Amino acid sequence: MQQAVISHIGVGHTLYRLAITALPPGSTSIFNPAGTPAHSVFSLSMLVFGITGGVFVVVGGLLLYALLRYRGRTGDKQEPQQIYGSTQIELSWTVIPILIVVMLFLATARIIFATQNASKPDNALDVTIIGHQFWWEFRYPKLGIVTANELHFPATDGQSRTPVYLSMISADTDHSFWVPRLAGKTDVIPNRINTMWIDADAPGLYVGQCAQYCGLEHAKMLLRIYAQKPADFAEWVAHQQQPALEDPALADGRAIFEHNACISCHTVRGTVATGTFGPDLTHLASRDTFASGSVPLTRDNLRAFIADPGALKPGVLMPAMHLNDHDLDRVTDYLMSLK
Amino acid sequence: MATQTAPLPLTASPRRPISAVLHDWITTVDHKKIGLMYIGYALLFLVIGGAQALLMRIQLMRPESHFVSPETFNQLFTMHGTTMVFFVAMPVLFGFGNYLIPLMIGARDMAFPRLNAFSFWVSAFGGFLLYFSYIGGSGLYGGGGAPDVGWWAYAPLTSKVFSPGHSSDYWTLSILLSGVGSIGTAINIVATALSMRCRGMTLYRMPLLVWLYTVMSGMVFVTISPLTAAQIMLLLDRYLGSHFFDTQAGGSAVLWMHYFWIFGHPEVYVLILPVFAFMNEIVPVFSRKAIFGYPAMVAASVGIGFISLSVWAHHMFTIGMTAAGNTFFVLATMCVGVPTGIKIFNWLGTIWGGKVRFDPPMMFAIGFLFQFLAAGLTGIMLSVAPFDWQLNNSYFVVAHFHYVIVGGILFSLFAAFYYWYPKMTGRMLSTRLAHWHFWLFLVGFHVTFDPMHFVGLDGMVRRTFTYPLDRGWGTLNMVISIGAFIQAIATLIFVYNLVHSFFRGRLAGSDPWDAWTLEWSTPSPPPHYNFATEPTVESRRPLWDLKHPEDPDSLYE
Repeated sequence: MQQAVISHIGVGHTLYRLAITALPPGSTSIFNPAGTPAHSVFSLSMLVFGITGGVFVVVGGLLLYALLRYRGRTGDKQEPQQIYGSTQIELSWTVIPILIVVMLFLATARIIFATQNASKPDNALDVTIIGHQFWWEFRYPKLGIVTANELHFPATDGQSRTPVYLSMISADTDHSFWVPRLAGKTDVIPNRINTMWIDADAPGLYVGQCAQYCGLEHAKMLLRIYAQKPADFAEWVAHQQQPALEDPALADGRAIFEHNACISCHTVRGTVATGTFGPDLTHLASRDTFASGSVPLTRDNLRAFIADPGALKPGVLMPAMHLNDHDLDRVTDYLMSLK
Repeated sequence: MATQTAPLPLTASPRRPISAVLHDWITTVDHKKIGLMYIGYALLFLVIGGAQALLMRIQLMRPESHFVSPETFNQLFTMHGTTMVFFVAMPVLFGFGNYLIPLMIGARDMAFPRLNAFSFWVSAFGGFLLYFSYIGGSGLYGGGGAPDVGWWAYAPLTSKVFSPGHSSDYWTLSILLSGVGSIGTAINIVATALSMRCRGMTLYRMPLLVWLYTVMSGMVFVTISPLTAAQIMLLLDRYLGSHFFDTQAGGSAVLWMHYFWIFGHPEVYVLILPVFAFMNEIVPVFSRKAIFGYPAMVAASVGIGFISLSVWAHHMFTIGMTAAGNTFFVLATMCVGVPTGIKIFNWLGTIWGGKVRFDPPMMFAIGFLFQFLAAGLTGIMLSVAPFDWQLNNSYFVVAHFHYVIVGGILFSLFAAFYYWYPKMTGRMLSTRLAHWHFWLFLVGFHVTFDPMHFVGLDGMVRRTFTYPLDRGWGTLNMVISIGAFIQAIATLIFVYNLVHSFFRGRLAGSDPWDAWTLEWSTPSPPPHYNFATEPTVESRRPLWDLKHPEDPDSLYE
């Protein structure tokens, strides 16, 4: 659809391609769509830009012309002829805008219904999204996977298309799920289940962030969406379904983890840690980032975070556990082993 | 700010003790003094709200900046929004309305002078209560804390769980009080326009400014009431254990959104209609032609008033409404474009065939016309629900509504200041400073708000105290911040002009612009009683009739 629109504008297309390649790696431009809903918004937006741009040029041009053509000369004391109105002219500039509105409305209504009421294919993947202050919980109810901040799903691969149907709810305040290259946003609201769907043209990492002010750390509530080749996704699923890895060499780190308040909020499947208030840590070390996508997952970063979570992520609800250096190292090693 | 305290030459005796002057202002029920107090109060808050914007722009100049803490930033954007809407835009527009309406309809005061004074003081108290939160926001524990819930104060952020302390209470009480004041003044404006017009002034001959203020006041009744009700419900939630918005106990976050936006969107028209009103007076005078299509202008204003009451949920396209719900609000929103378009075309028709004079009021009016056109068109983009799914809560929206509020409302207000300042003070504002002000502000405005559209299209989210380095938004944000400072410098020039010209400005005389409505038939500044004898009018432009007895308007209307 996107191709159909822009291929009509040869030079525009070349310029557009050039502009897209100049985007930085972390780009979230809505003009660089990579999923079906984002494509349909993009092509609709081109129509809207065309119409509004045309109106601006015509009306702005007339205004400019009138201001230049009818500028007063100094010393000219004669008043111009007084005209009080003209029914015909006023009627025409009422009817023409009405016609434009009707056209734009019909084009918009078509995309609204096509996106919101799209029928769900049988092979669609279900994911439940729970917004928290200030992180994302992703649950795959049919696969038995719980993870945080990094959503994995299969990208479209040839004829095989697996859209993801998201049902979303918030555990606390309003949030909004927005990954601009894949789709428009949908708010994540307490006491209300919202749904939306996404797919991806090609494997890749698509970033986004919470788009509804949700409190102190709203700015750092980032989102990372990994669209994978179907085979890679299957491998990821198989790995995530395993209980946590156990390394006897790190048993003391695990003991410190389990004897502190960590387990009140965090789950590590296969152990006594069954808290659900914070992110599931069963496969923490398989993720690229933590703290809602805002900090790269390295041993040093993780250690610093456990020592004082608020320093890396102001507003975080996890308290500093005041572990001594020895315990801190052991716990960090244990968590880094949870591949 | 200085206009707040500057003694205004409305009293005859030159050297009275300060206490007597103060007593005079505090106890006054004169519509002109109340109008000036509204304007001075709004200018004071404009400077405060502007300073908050500058602090935010310093923070956002670079990615991952630590100029202010997240807490401070969240308070800044909450206070900036609340201040600018409730304590700058509303009072300054009510101030001009208060000052001008009785003068334009040949009356000696508003219909209810004491209600007028009450409304002003209760609104003003609301503003000071909001800022008292900096001292009292955390209760008696010593530390203050301004509200940090955004100017929409979305539930459940305002519930006791997420907003302990008293900062949200100060917010809600200040909105409550300002709402009571707004409703009082709106009642006054409607009553004045309907029952205080001079002999011969039928509704069909009423100046467009008064018409638009009347429509705006009607909208205030309908829109401020739910806002006020919502504040009371929020207070009940916070203190008496009700659960309207308390989601933890089964309340509804969406209910607050509906209450807020059934106020919030018509509010935009409450602010823009008076501004259209200024244009309806200024564009004809400086084009030297009668307004084109007076009946259509009245009809379009009333039309905007009604249609705008049915568009509020276009702020909620992303909350998961059904496709049918979304479609309805798309259509309703696009329909507002039609009467708004009629207004722009009629201004074009007024200029067409005229002899345009480029005095400072007209310069700002021209800026308004182009910028408001652009703002209206980005509004059409946002009304396209699927496009809004992408744009909502991005910087594109921030750019859009600042185009409306700064590019439209503020430019028009500056035009109104240059136009009516001579009437209010008896002195002309300096034209040379006006040119500096206009060009600097124009450049600053576009350097700030044009690139803001692009960072929004690039995915930057509003109300974020910082943004990641790898998104590539640094350069544009730096440009935006530079623009903000250019606007600040221009505003300082304007404030200097207001103060300087008050003492040194050229004497204006009663009718410096060769205008046509009744206020220009009084001395500048007008005496306490406005008109020694009640005027009689025979057309919409009584002073035109007086100046052109051979070809009066009354022959054509």
